Amino acid sequence: MFDALTKSAARNIFYGGSLAFLLIFVSLTAQSHVYVVNTSTAKAPITESVALGKHVWEKNSCINCHTILGEGAYYAPELGNVYVRYGGDKDAAGAREAIKTWMKAQPTHIDGRRQMPQFNLSDKELDALVDFFAWVSKIDTQNWPPKVSG
Amino acid sequence: MKYESQKVALAYFIVALALFAVQVTVGLVAGYVYVAPNFLSELLPFNILRMLHTNSLIVWLLLGFFGAAYYLIPEESETEIHSVKLAYIQLAILVVGALGAVIGYVFRIHEGREFLEQPLWVKLGIVVGALIFLFNVSMTVLKGRKTAITNVLLLGLWGIAIFFLFSLYNPSNLSVDKMYWWYVVHLWVEGVWELVMAAILAFLMLKMTGVDREVIEKWLYAIVALSLFTGLLGTGHHYYWIGTPSYWQWIGSIFSSLEVLPFFAMVLFTFNMVWKRRREHPNNAALLWALGCAVLAFFGAGVWGFMHTLHGVNYYTHGTQVTAAHGHLAFFGAYVSLNLAVMTYAMPYLLGRQPYNQVLNMLSFWVMSSAMAFMTFTLTFAGVVQTHLQRVLGQGFMEVQDQMQLFYILRLGAGVMVVVGAVMFLWSIFGPVKPELIERDTSAAPAE
Repeated sequence: MFDALTKSAARNIFYGGSLAFLLIFVSLTAQSHVYVVNTSTAKAPITESVALGKHVWEKNSCINCHTILGEGAYYAPELGNVYVRYGGDKDAAGAREAIKTWMKAQPTHIDGRRQMPQFNLSDKELDALVDFFAWVSKIDTQNWPPKVSG
Repeated sequence: MKYESQKVALAYFIVALALFAVQVTVGLVAGYVYVAPNFLSELLPFNILRMLHTNSLIVWLLLGFFGAAYYLIPEESETEIHSVKLAYIQLAILVVGALGAVIGYVFRIHEGREFLEQPLWVKLGIVVGALIFLFNVSMTVLKGRKTAITNVLLLGLWGIAIFFLFSLYNPSNLSVDKMYWWYVVHLWVEGVWELVMAAILAFLMLKMTGVDREVIEKWLYAIVALSLFTGLLGTGHHYYWIGTPSYWQWIGSIFSSLEVLPFFAMVLFTFNMVWKRRREHPNNAALLWALGCAVLAFFGAGVWGFMHTLHGVNYYTHGTQVTAAHGHLAFFGAYVSLNLAVMTYAMPYLLGRQPYNQVLNMLSFWVMSSAMAFMTFTLTFAGVVQTHLQRVLGQGFMEVQDQMQLFYILRLGAGVMVVVGAVMFLWSIFGPVKPELIERDTSAAPAE
């Protein structure tokens, strides 16, 4: 069967097929882009503070220990739902305080426990980070993660 | 080595191997931090170590690809490289960028999207370097003979540069950010990198087995067709839980399951070509790495990828040590082995040494491969435990991690052996040439 296929036929199938699949893929992501912006992330607006929070998240390379929506390093807890884990969906002020206190208390210096560095964030940056986590926790992720433990 | 300008590859391979040494060393340190978490926790915290580990990996693999391209394109195109000077300028830009990134990371100068942490100036340097490279190799191919191998290789390399441009787009909507982040990450390693991989394997088979070019190039097109037909829509397996529509669960599950096929085709291809070989090439070590590459890529990228790609499974395993297990064997099998194969093949010509330390090189293959396999098994076990405790029973992350300690200790042992294997490899390439450990008997007559 493979003998019946000539090299030029194989080449044409490759180029033609790949182009077709690329077009399908690009159109589906375009549709997904619209869906993400208008539906799955539309529950809460991206305020200036949320955007700053994302920047703080990136500037300190948090993703190389933590995961967010399951992506990142696997050294430290998932943070996509950290706001919910701290009870932010019920007591927003309490969760905000708890997360900020946690950040300020690092590192723990406990022997044999994974250490989170002290990032010396300003109060504004800490608030922005919490706003970012709150925003992320409202994304429609098809019910992932399965447990609140992340 | 038939063309003087192929020599450019030597510089690329040396820099690549130096970064390979950095990558495995930092990997070993990070593996140690998993076991003794207070180690370096203030000086070089884990996030910095991991950036160094992943970034040096990516850059050395790319430098290896560039070197391989400069080595094989003159032979395929039957002409000298368009500009040797440009090739060295390109390397200089990339080395400055890589060094700048590495030193910067140590001093906490970085951006913060996984794998794309390079500061903007380094990203732009990479783009400039890539443009110089593409200009240089495209001009070479245009003036010379056009073969399927150079066609596919060039398409892959152009794809690498084009998809890298998405790294410059960073919207504040995390879900949108992630969607296009995968345009770089997935469409590289499960897309255009496979084109580069298949083209280089085809070149090695052509040179070492002496099978007809027509046959090899037909295989090549069939393999890369399978790669892109499955890999493009296979991106869907990253779009399950990041805010993208639910139809990706079906598209991703179906097409990414099929991503096993191109890797299986590469196994069939390489073993078939060796089976039908028309010559006995003296470089058995390169052949071993090439066959090993196909097999380990099939297991690491193919089987281990399939293991957690169906959305019903991935719902529980996503972002656990199962992913880490797959990532390690996939990268080692597909791209590390590929680079070490082409270097093992080309280095004796580039350094003008024949014979060389083949037995040592082959030993390094077995040490590194078995250590990587062992590492993958330990991380897989760790991931299964984690999935059950954390995702099914809902126990807390750190509590679960404490119960996985044994696996991390075993993984550290595997890491030590990987470094030992890497040192053996480097010694076999750069160390003094000695008589082979095992003398080769070439006088045997074929059995009746």
